Amino acid sequence: MNKTVRDLVAKFGKLPVPVDQVADDADLYAAGLTSFASVQLMLGIEEAFDIEFPDNLLNRKSFASISAIVKTVDLIQDSRKVA
Amino acid sequence: MNFPVKITEDSLVARAARVAEIAARHADAVDFEGRFPQEAVNAMKAERLLGIQIPRHLGGEAASTTDIAELCSMLGQACAASAMVFAMHHIKLSSLVEHGVDSEWHSAFMRRIAAEQLLIASATTEGGIGGNLRNSICAIEIDGDICRLQKDATVISYGSHADAILITSRSHPQAASSDQALTAFLKDQYTLEKTHAWNTLGMRGTCSDGFLFKGEAPAKQILPKPFAEIAAQSMLASSHLLWSGVWYGIAVDAVSRAQAFVRAAARKSPDATPPGALRLAEVSNLLQMVKSNVVAGLKAYEDAKADGDKLSSMGFAVAMNNVKIASSETILEIVNHAMLICGIMGYKNGTPFSLGRHLRDAHSAQLMISNDRILGNTSSMLLVHKQDTSLLG
Repeated sequence: MNKTVRDLVAKFGKLPVPVDQVADDADLYAAGLTSFASVQLMLGIEEAFDIEFPDNLLNRKSFASISAIVKTVDLIQDSRKVA
Repeated sequence: MNFPVKITEDSLVARAARVAEIAARHADAVDFEGRFPQEAVNAMKAERLLGIQIPRHLGGEAASTTDIAELCSMLGQACAASAMVFAMHHIKLSSLVEHGVDSEWHSAFMRRIAAEQLLIASATTEGGIGGNLRNSICAIEIDGDICRLQKDATVISYGSHADAILITSRSHPQAASSDQALTAFLKDQYTLEKTHAWNTLGMRGTCSDGFLFKGEAPAKQILPKPFAEIAAQSMLASSHLLWSGVWYGIAVDAVSRAQAFVRAAARKSPDATPPGALRLAEVSNLLQMVKSNVVAGLKAYEDAKADGDKLSSMGFAVAMNNVKIASSETILEIVNHAMLICGIMGYKNGTPFSLGRHLRDAHSAQLMISNDRILGNTSSMLLVHKQDTSLLG
Protein backbone atom coordinates (compact mmCIF):
# COMPACT_ATOMS: atom_id res chain seq x y z
CA MET A 1 0.00 0.00 0.00
CA ASN A 2 2.89 2.35 0.80
CA LYS A 3 3.93 2.26 -2.87
CA THR A 4 0.41 3.00 -4.13
CA VAL A 5 0.13 5.92 -1.71
CA ARG A 6 3.52 7.23 -2.83
CA ASP A 7 2.44 6.98 -6.48
CA LEU A 8 -0.74 8.90 -5.67
CA VAL A 9 1.20 11.58 -3.79
CA ALA A 10 3.49 11.87 -6.82
CA LYS A 11 0.49 12.17 -9.15
CA PHE A 12 -1.78 14.49 -7.16
CA GLY A 13 0.41 16.10 -4.47
CA LYS A 14 2.17 18.53 -6.86
CA LEU A 15 5.09 18.74 -4.43
CA PRO A 16 8.04 20.89 -5.47
CA VAL A 17 10.35 17.94 -4.62
CA PRO A 18 10.34 14.35 -5.99
CA VAL A 19 8.37 11.98 -3.76
CA ASP A 20 11.33 9.59 -3.27
CA GLN A 21 12.99 12.44 -1.37
CA VAL A 22 10.08 12.61 1.07
CA ALA A 23 10.42 10.32 4.09
CA ASP A 24 7.41 8.28 5.21
CA ASP A 25 6.95 10.39 8.31
CA ALA A 26 7.91 13.78 6.77
CA ASP A 27 5.31 16.55 7.03
CA LEU A 28 3.69 16.76 3.58
CA TYR A 29 2.39 20.27 4.21
CA ALA A 30 5.91 21.46 5.00
CA ALA A 31 7.04 19.70 1.82
CA GLY A 32 4.64 21.95 -0.10
CA LEU A 33 1.31 20.12 -0.19
CA THR A 34 -1.33 22.83 -0.73
CA SER A 35 -4.89 22.49 0.54
CA PHE A 36 -6.19 22.20 -3.02
CA ALA A 37 -3.67 19.47 -3.92
CA SER A 38 -4.55 17.65 -0.69
CA VAL A 39 -8.19 17.44 -1.85
CA GLN A 40 -7.09 16.08 -5.24
CA LEU A 41 -4.97 13.56 -3.37
CA MET A 42 -7.91 12.53 -1.17
CA LEU A 43 -10.07 12.01 -4.25
CA GLY A 44 -7.29 9.97 -5.86
CA ILE A 45 -7.00 7.79 -2.75
CA GLU A 46 -10.77 7.30 -2.51
CA GLU A 47 -10.79 6.16 -6.13
CA ALA A 48 -7.69 3.92 -5.91
CA PHE A 49 -8.77 2.09 -2.74
CA ASP A 50 -12.51 2.31 -3.37
CA ILE A 51 -13.17 3.94 -0.03
CA GLU A 52 -14.82 7.12 1.25
CA PHE A 53 -13.26 9.22 3.96
CA PRO A 54 -15.69 9.82 6.80
CA ASP A 55 -15.82 13.42 7.98
CA ASN A 56 -14.05 12.72 11.27
CA LEU A 57 -10.95 11.66 9.33
CA LEU A 58 -11.02 14.63 6.95
CA ASN A 59 -8.50 16.73 8.80
CA ARG A 60 -4.89 17.77 8.46
CA LYS A 61 -3.66 15.02 10.76
CA SER A 62 -4.96 12.20 8.52
CA PHE A 63 -2.95 13.50 5.57
CA ALA A 64 0.06 14.97 7.36
CA SER A 65 2.53 12.36 6.06
CA ILE A 66 2.71 9.30 3.83
CA SER A 67 2.59 7.00 6.86
CA ALA A 68 -0.40 8.94 8.25
CA ILE A 69 -2.25 8.40 4.94
CA VAL A 70 -1.44 4.67 5.01
CA LYS A 71 -2.73 4.51 8.59
CA THR A 72 -5.92 6.39 7.68
CA VAL A 73 -6.63 4.09 4.71
CA ASP A 74 -5.92 1.05 6.93
CA LEU A 75 -8.35 2.34 9.53
CA ILE A 76 -11.14 2.74 6.97
CA GLN A 77 -10.50 -0.64 5.36
CA ASP A 78 -10.44 -2.35 8.77
CA SER A 79 -13.69 -0.75 9.88
CA ARG A 80 -15.26 -1.94 6.63
CA LYS A 81 -14.17 -5.53 7.31
CA VAL A 82 -15.82 -5.38 10.73
CA ALA A 83 -19.00 -4.01 9.23
CA MET B 1 -27.21 48.77 45.56
CA ASN B 2 -23.71 49.99 44.88
CA PHE B 3 -22.34 46.55 44.22
CA PRO B 4 -24.39 45.57 41.14
CA VAL B 5 -23.88 49.03 39.67
CA LYS B 6 -20.12 48.67 40.02
CA ILE B 7 -20.19 45.29 38.26
CA THR B 8 -22.24 46.73 35.43
CA GLU B 9 -19.81 49.60 35.00
CA ASP B 10 -16.85 47.26 34.84
CA SER B 11 -18.39 44.71 32.49
CA LEU B 12 -16.83 44.33 29.05
CA VAL B 13 -20.02 45.59 27.44
CA ALA B 14 -20.11 48.72 29.61
CA ARG B 15 -16.47 49.46 28.88
CA ALA B 16 -16.99 48.93 25.13
CA ALA B 17 -20.06 51.18 25.24
CA ARG B 18 -17.90 54.03 26.54
CA VAL B 19 -15.39 53.39 23.72
CA ALA B 20 -18.21 53.22 21.16
CA GLU B 21 -19.48 56.61 22.25
CA ILE B 22 -16.08 58.16 21.56
CA ALA B 23 -15.66 56.21 18.30
CA ALA B 24 -19.07 57.39 17.04
CA ARG B 25 -18.20 61.00 17.72
CA HIS B 26 -15.15 60.82 15.44
CA ALA B 27 -16.37 58.29 12.88
CA ASP B 28 -17.22 60.78 10.14
CA ALA B 29 -13.92 62.66 10.51
CA VAL B 30 -11.93 59.40 10.51
CA ASP B 31 -13.73 58.36 7.34
CA PHE B 32 -13.53 61.72 5.59
CA GLU B 33 -9.86 62.31 6.37
CA GLY B 34 -8.89 58.64 5.99
CA ARG B 35 -7.05 58.87 9.29
CA PHE B 36 -6.37 56.41 12.09
CA PRO B 37 -9.13 56.41 14.77
CA GLN B 38 -6.69 57.48 17.47
CA GLU B 39 -9.35 58.70 19.91
CA ALA B 40 -11.19 55.36 19.80
CA VAL B 41 -7.99 53.33 20.14
CA ASN B 42 -6.87 55.52 23.06
CA ALA B 43 -10.24 54.82 24.65
CA MET B 44 -9.80 51.04 24.07
CA LYS B 45 -6.48 51.29 25.89
CA ALA B 46 -7.95 53.42 28.69
CA GLU B 47 -10.75 50.85 29.16
CA ARG B 48 -8.07 48.12 28.97
CA LEU B 49 -9.84 46.28 26.16
CA LEU B 50 -6.72 45.32 24.20
CA GLY B 51 -5.66 42.60 26.66
CA ILE B 52 -9.01 41.03 27.57
CA GLN B 53 -8.45 37.86 25.54
CA ILE B 54 -5.20 37.01 27.35
CA PRO B 55 -5.43 34.32 30.07
CA ARG B 56 -5.82 35.58 33.63
CA HIS B 57 -2.48 34.17 34.79
CA LEU B 58 -0.80 36.44 32.22
CA GLY B 59 -2.71 39.54 33.32
CA GLY B 60 -5.70 39.34 30.96
CA GLU B 61 -9.37 38.60 31.52
CA ALA B 62 -9.72 35.36 29.50
CA ALA B 63 -12.48 36.82 27.31
CA SER B 64 -13.88 34.35 24.79
CA THR B 65 -14.22 34.88 21.05
CA THR B 66 -17.96 35.21 21.64
CA ASP B 67 -17.40 37.99 24.22
CA ILE B 68 -15.10 39.80 21.81
CA ALA B 69 -17.48 39.41 18.85
CA GLU B 70 -20.14 41.22 20.86
CA LEU B 71 -17.74 44.12 21.46
CA CYS B 72 -16.81 44.16 17.74
CA SER B 73 -20.48 44.50 16.91
CA MET B 74 -20.94 47.36 19.41
CA LEU B 75 -17.94 49.22 18.02
CA GLY B 76 -19.07 48.43 14.46
CA GLN B 77 -22.30 50.28 15.14
CA ALA B 78 -20.27 53.37 16.06
CA CYS B 79 -17.28 53.37 13.68
CA ALA B 80 -16.51 50.41 11.46
CA ALA B 81 -12.83 51.34 11.05
CA SER B 82 -12.29 51.46 14.84
CA ALA B 83 -14.15 48.16 15.18
CA MET B 84 -12.04 46.55 12.47
CA VAL B 85 -8.80 47.68 14.16
CA PHE B 86 -10.09 46.14 17.39
CA ALA B 87 -11.10 42.94 15.58
CA MET B 88 -7.79 42.57 13.74
CA HIS B 89 -5.83 43.14 16.95
CA HIS B 90 -7.81 40.38 18.65
CA ILE B 91 -7.45 38.02 15.67
CA LYS B 92 -3.66 38.34 16.02
CA LEU B 93 -3.94 37.94 19.76
CA SER B 94 -5.93 34.72 19.28
CA SER B 95 -2.90 33.22 17.51
CA LEU B 96 -0.74 34.06 20.53
CA VAL B 97 -3.31 32.88 23.07
CA GLU B 98 -4.00 29.60 21.27
CA HIS B 99 -0.46 28.79 20.19
CA GLY B 100 1.95 30.80 22.35
CA VAL B 101 1.19 29.96 25.99
CA ASP B 102 3.76 27.16 26.09
CA SER B 103 6.51 29.46 24.88
CA GLU B 104 8.26 31.51 27.53
CA TRP B 105 8.90 34.49 25.28
CA HIS B 106 5.34 34.63 23.92
CA SER B 107 3.86 34.31 27.40
CA ALA B 108 5.97 37.23 28.57
CA PHE B 109 4.89 39.13 25.44
CA MET B 110 1.21 38.54 26.29
CA ARG B 111 1.87 39.78 29.81
CA ARG B 112 3.28 42.97 28.30
CA ILE B 113 0.34 43.35 25.88
CA ALA B 114 -2.07 43.19 28.82
CA ALA B 115 -0.03 45.45 31.09
CA GLU B 116 0.93 48.08 28.52
CA GLN B 117 -2.12 47.70 26.23
CA LEU B 118 0.03 47.14 23.14
CA LEU B 119 -1.69 47.23 19.74
CA ILE B 120 -0.78 44.27 17.51
CA ALA B 121 -0.90 44.41 13.70
CA SER B 122 -0.72 41.69 11.09
CA ALA B 123 1.43 41.34 7.97
CA THR B 124 0.22 38.33 6.00
CA THR B 125 -0.14 39.95 2.56
CA GLU B 126 2.82 40.12 0.23
CA GLY B 127 3.45 41.42 -3.28
CA GLY B 128 3.42 38.51 -5.73
CA ILE B 129 1.43 35.90 -3.75
CA GLY B 130 -1.84 36.80 -5.45
CA GLY B 131 -3.74 37.35 -2.21
CA ASN B 132 -3.24 33.82 -0.88
CA LEU B 133 -2.04 34.31 2.69
CA ARG B 134 -1.15 30.64 2.95
CA ASN B 135 1.82 31.32 0.68
CA SER B 136 4.91 33.41 1.27
CA ILE B 137 7.76 34.47 -0.94
CA CYS B 138 9.93 36.06 1.74
CA ALA B 139 11.79 33.76 4.12
CA ILE B 140 12.95 34.28 7.67
CA GLU B 141 16.69 33.78 8.09
CA ILE B 142 17.96 32.37 11.33
CA ASP B 143 21.50 33.23 12.27
CA GLY B 144 22.37 31.74 15.65
CA ASP B 145 19.99 33.32 18.17
CA ILE B 146 18.87 36.01 15.76
CA CYS B 147 16.24 36.01 13.01
CA ARG B 148 15.99 38.48 10.17
CA LEU B 149 13.17 39.16 7.76
CA GLN B 150 12.49 41.50 4.89
CA LYS B 151 9.00 41.51 3.38
CA ASP B 152 7.26 43.51 0.68
CA ALA B 153 4.05 43.75 2.68
CA THR B 154 1.50 45.33 0.36
CA VAL B 155 -0.97 45.75 3.22
CA ILE B 156 -0.30 46.19 6.93
CA SER B 157 -3.46 47.55 8.52
CA TYR B 158 -2.63 50.39 10.98
CA GLY B 159 1.03 49.39 10.48
CA SER B 160 2.31 52.87 11.37
CA HIS B 161 0.30 52.88 14.61
CA ALA B 162 1.01 49.39 15.92
CA ASP B 163 3.27 48.50 18.85
CA ALA B 164 4.17 45.10 17.37
CA ILE B 165 3.58 43.13 14.17
CA LEU B 166 2.93 39.42 13.69
CA ILE B 167 4.32 38.60 10.27
CA THR B 168 4.29 35.50 8.07
CA SER B 169 7.17 34.23 5.96
CA ARG B 170 8.56 30.95 4.70
CA SER B 171 10.06 29.14 7.66
CA HIS B 172 13.60 29.09 6.16
CA PRO B 173 15.18 30.16 2.84
CA GLN B 174 14.85 26.65 1.29
CA ALA B 175 11.25 26.09 2.47
CA ALA B 176 8.31 25.54 0.11
CA SER B 177 6.03 28.56 -0.28
CA SER B 178 3.36 27.01 1.95
CA ASP B 179 5.82 26.06 4.70
CA GLN B 180 5.34 29.22 6.75
CA ALA B 181 6.21 30.59 10.17
CA LEU B 182 4.67 33.43 12.15
CA THR B 183 7.01 35.77 14.00
CA ALA B 184 6.35 38.57 16.48
CA PHE B 185 8.43 41.71 16.01
CA LEU B 186 8.28 44.61 18.45
CA LYS B 187 8.20 48.20 17.25
CA ASP B 188 11.88 48.82 18.03
CA GLN B 189 12.89 45.67 16.14
CA TYR B 190 11.70 46.73 12.67
CA THR B 191 11.55 49.56 10.20
CA LEU B 192 8.67 50.28 7.82
CA GLU B 193 9.15 52.10 4.57
CA LYS B 194 5.78 53.13 3.12
CA THR B 195 5.22 51.80 -0.40
CA HIS B 196 1.45 52.09 -0.92
CA ALA B 197 -1.03 54.64 0.49
CA TRP B 198 -4.44 53.40 1.68
CA ASN B 199 -6.88 55.68 -0.14
CA THR B 200 -10.00 53.57 -0.43
CA LEU B 201 -13.75 53.61 -0.89
CA GLY B 202 -14.44 52.55 2.71
CA MET B 203 -12.79 51.32 5.91
CA ARG B 204 -10.61 54.37 5.40
CA GLY B 205 -9.53 54.64 9.02
CA THR B 206 -7.80 51.26 9.14
CA CYS B 207 -4.90 52.96 7.32
CA SER B 208 -3.89 49.68 5.69
CA ASP B 209 -0.88 51.11 3.89
CA GLY B 210 1.75 48.99 2.16
CA PHE B 211 5.26 48.83 3.58
CA LEU B 212 8.66 47.36 3.01
CA PHE B 213 9.21 45.62 6.34
CA LYS B 214 12.74 45.00 7.62
CA GLY B 215 13.12 43.34 10.99
CA GLU B 216 15.70 41.71 13.22
CA ALA B 217 14.85 40.02 16.52
CA PRO B 218 15.81 37.11 18.78
CA ALA B 219 14.85 33.86 17.00
CA LYS B 220 12.75 32.77 19.99
CA GLN B 221 10.13 35.28 18.84
CA ILE B 222 9.13 32.88 16.03
CA LEU B 223 5.94 31.10 17.11
CA PRO B 224 6.70 27.46 17.94
CA LYS B 225 3.94 26.07 15.67
CA PRO B 226 3.81 26.05 11.84
CA PHE B 227 1.66 28.89 10.49
CA ALA B 228 -0.45 26.29 8.60
CA GLU B 229 -1.70 25.02 11.95
CA ILE B 230 -2.15 28.49 13.41
CA ALA B 231 -4.14 29.56 10.34
CA ALA B 232 -6.39 26.50 10.47
CA GLN B 233 -6.90 26.37 14.22
CA SER B 234 -7.24 29.99 15.31
CA MET B 235 -6.92 32.52 12.52
CA LEU B 236 -9.52 31.21 10.09
CA ALA B 237 -12.30 31.02 12.63
CA SER B 238 -11.48 34.13 14.63
CA SER B 239 -11.13 36.22 11.45
CA HIS B 240 -14.44 35.18 9.96
CA LEU B 241 -16.27 35.46 13.28
CA LEU B 242 -14.85 38.76 14.53
CA TRP B 243 -15.09 40.37 11.10
CA SER B 244 -18.67 39.20 10.93
CA GLY B 245 -19.24 40.83 14.32
CA VAL B 246 -18.01 44.14 12.92
CA TRP B 247 -20.11 43.78 9.76
CA TYR B 248 -23.19 42.90 11.75
CA GLY B 249 -22.58 46.11 13.70
CA ILE B 250 -22.54 48.16 10.47
CA ALA B 251 -25.84 46.56 9.43
CA VAL B 252 -27.42 47.10 12.85
CA ASP B 253 -26.66 50.81 12.75
CA ALA B 254 -28.00 51.11 9.19
CA VAL B 255 -31.24 49.42 10.26
CA SER B 256 -31.46 51.64 13.37
CA ARG B 257 -31.25 54.70 11.15
CA ALA B 258 -33.89 53.30 8.79
CA GLN B 259 -36.16 52.52 11.72
CA ALA B 260 -35.73 56.02 13.13
CA PHE B 261 -36.68 57.38 9.72
CA VAL B 262 -39.83 55.27 9.50
CA ARG B 263 -40.84 56.09 13.09
CA ALA B 264 -40.43 59.82 12.44
CA ALA B 265 -42.63 59.50 9.35
CA ALA B 266 -45.23 57.52 11.31
CA ARG B 267 -45.35 60.18 14.03
CA LYS B 268 -45.86 62.92 11.46
CA SER B 269 -48.89 61.22 9.91
CA PRO B 270 -50.34 58.78 12.42
CA ASP B 271 -53.23 57.86 10.12
CA ALA B 272 -51.15 56.36 7.33
CA THR B 273 -48.52 53.61 7.37
CA PRO B 274 -45.25 55.16 6.14
CA PRO B 275 -44.10 53.85 2.74
CA GLY B 276 -40.88 52.45 4.19
CA ALA B 277 -42.58 50.38 6.91
CA LEU B 278 -42.85 47.22 4.89
CA ARG B 279 -39.23 47.44 3.78
CA LEU B 280 -38.25 47.90 7.41
CA ALA B 281 -39.97 44.61 8.22
CA GLU B 282 -38.05 42.98 5.36
CA VAL B 283 -34.71 44.36 6.47
CA SER B 284 -35.30 43.28 10.07
CA ASN B 285 -35.69 39.76 8.72
CA LEU B 286 -32.35 39.97 6.88
CA LEU B 287 -30.66 41.37 9.96
CA GLN B 288 -31.92 38.50 12.07
CA MET B 289 -30.53 36.00 9.55
CA VAL B 290 -27.07 37.56 9.79
CA LYS B 291 -27.29 37.54 13.57
CA SER B 292 -28.36 33.87 13.70
CA ASN B 293 -25.58 32.96 11.30
CA VAL B 294 -22.88 34.68 13.33
CA VAL B 295 -24.19 33.35 16.65
CA ALA B 296 -24.31 29.80 15.27
CA GLY B 297 -20.74 30.23 13.97
CA LEU B 298 -19.55 31.44 17.38
CA LYS B 299 -21.18 28.47 19.08
CA ALA B 300 -19.60 26.05 16.58
CA TYR B 301 -16.20 27.61 17.28
CA GLU B 302 -16.51 27.50 21.07
CA ASP B 303 -17.62 23.83 20.79
CA ALA B 304 -14.82 22.89 18.40
CA LYS B 305 -12.17 24.64 20.52
CA ALA B 306 -12.35 21.78 23.01
CA ASP B 307 -11.50 19.29 20.25
CA GLY B 308 -8.39 19.88 18.13
CA ASP B 309 -9.44 17.36 15.46
CA LYS B 310 -12.77 19.07 14.96
CA LEU B 311 -11.06 22.44 14.76
CA SER B 312 -8.89 21.35 11.83
CA SER B 313 -11.64 19.33 10.13
CA MET B 314 -13.09 20.20 6.76
CA GLY B 315 -16.61 20.37 8.12
CA PHE B 316 -15.58 23.16 10.46
CA ALA B 317 -13.66 25.05 7.75
CA VAL B 318 -16.69 24.85 5.43
CA ALA B 319 -18.94 26.17 8.22
CA MET B 320 -16.64 29.13 8.97
CA ASN B 321 -16.29 29.96 5.27
CA ASN B 322 -20.08 29.96 5.00
CA VAL B 323 -20.42 32.34 7.95
CA LYS B 324 -18.10 34.78 6.22
CA ILE B 325 -19.77 34.55 2.81
CA ALA B 326 -23.27 34.95 4.21
CA SER B 327 -22.56 37.89 6.50
CA SER B 328 -20.41 39.78 3.99
CA GLU B 329 -23.00 39.46 1.22
CA THR B 330 -26.12 40.03 3.29
CA ILE B 331 -24.96 43.24 4.97
CA LEU B 332 -24.75 44.88 1.55
CA GLU B 333 -28.35 43.97 0.92
CA ILE B 334 -29.27 45.30 4.36
CA VAL B 335 -27.55 48.66 3.95
CA ASN B 336 -29.05 49.02 0.48
CA HIS B 337 -32.49 48.30 1.90
CA ALA B 338 -31.93 50.87 4.64
CA MET B 339 -30.97 53.37 1.94
CA LEU B 340 -34.21 52.69 0.04
CA ILE B 341 -36.12 53.37 3.26
CA CYS B 342 -34.32 56.61 4.11
CA GLY B 343 -34.26 57.81 0.50
CA ILE B 344 -32.41 61.00 -0.24
CA MET B 345 -31.86 61.59 3.52
CA GLY B 346 -29.85 58.38 3.59
CA TYR B 347 -27.99 59.17 0.40
CA LYS B 348 -26.97 62.64 1.63
CA ASN B 349 -24.01 63.03 3.97
CA GLY B 350 -24.46 64.84 7.26
CA THR B 351 -28.07 63.89 8.06
CA PRO B 352 -29.07 61.71 11.03
CA PHE B 353 -30.01 59.07 8.44
CA SER B 354 -26.84 59.20 6.30
CA LEU B 355 -25.78 55.76 5.10
CA GLY B 356 -22.97 56.53 2.66
CA ARG B 357 -20.23 55.53 5.14
CA HIS B 358 -22.06 52.34 6.04
CA LEU B 359 -22.46 51.39 2.39
CA ARG B 360 -18.81 52.08 1.58
CA ASP B 361 -17.51 50.30 4.68
CA ALA B 362 -19.79 47.32 4.02
CA HIS B 363 -18.36 46.90 0.53
CA SER B 364 -14.99 45.90 2.02
CA ALA B 365 -16.49 42.74 3.52
CA GLN B 366 -16.62 40.74 0.29
CA LEU B 367 -13.01 41.62 -0.46
CA MET B 368 -11.29 40.93 2.87
CA ILE B 369 -10.09 37.55 1.65
CA SER B 370 -12.06 37.63 -1.57
CA ASN B 371 -15.34 35.76 -1.43
CA ASP B 372 -14.45 34.18 -4.78
CA ARG B 373 -11.32 32.70 -3.22
CA ILE B 374 -13.29 31.43 -0.22
CA LEU B 375 -15.97 29.90 -2.44
CA GLY B 376 -13.22 28.25 -4.51
CA ASN B 377 -11.73 26.82 -1.33
CA THR B 378 -15.11 25.57 -0.09
CA SER B 379 -15.96 24.07 -3.47
CA SER B 380 -12.75 22.04 -3.47
CA MET B 381 -13.46 20.79 0.08
CA LEU B 382 -16.98 19.79 -0.94
CA LEU B 383 -15.47 17.33 -3.41
CA VAL B 384 -14.64 15.12 -0.42
CA HIS B 385 -16.49 16.53 2.58
CA LYS B 386 -20.02 15.22 3.05
CA GLN B 387 -22.51 17.68 4.52
CA ASP B 388 -23.89 17.27 8.01
CA THR B 389 -27.55 16.55 7.42
CA SER B 390 -28.76 17.13 10.97
CA LEU B 391 -30.46 20.39 11.97
CA LEU B 392 -28.70 20.80 15.30
CA GLY B 393 -25.32 19.10 14.76
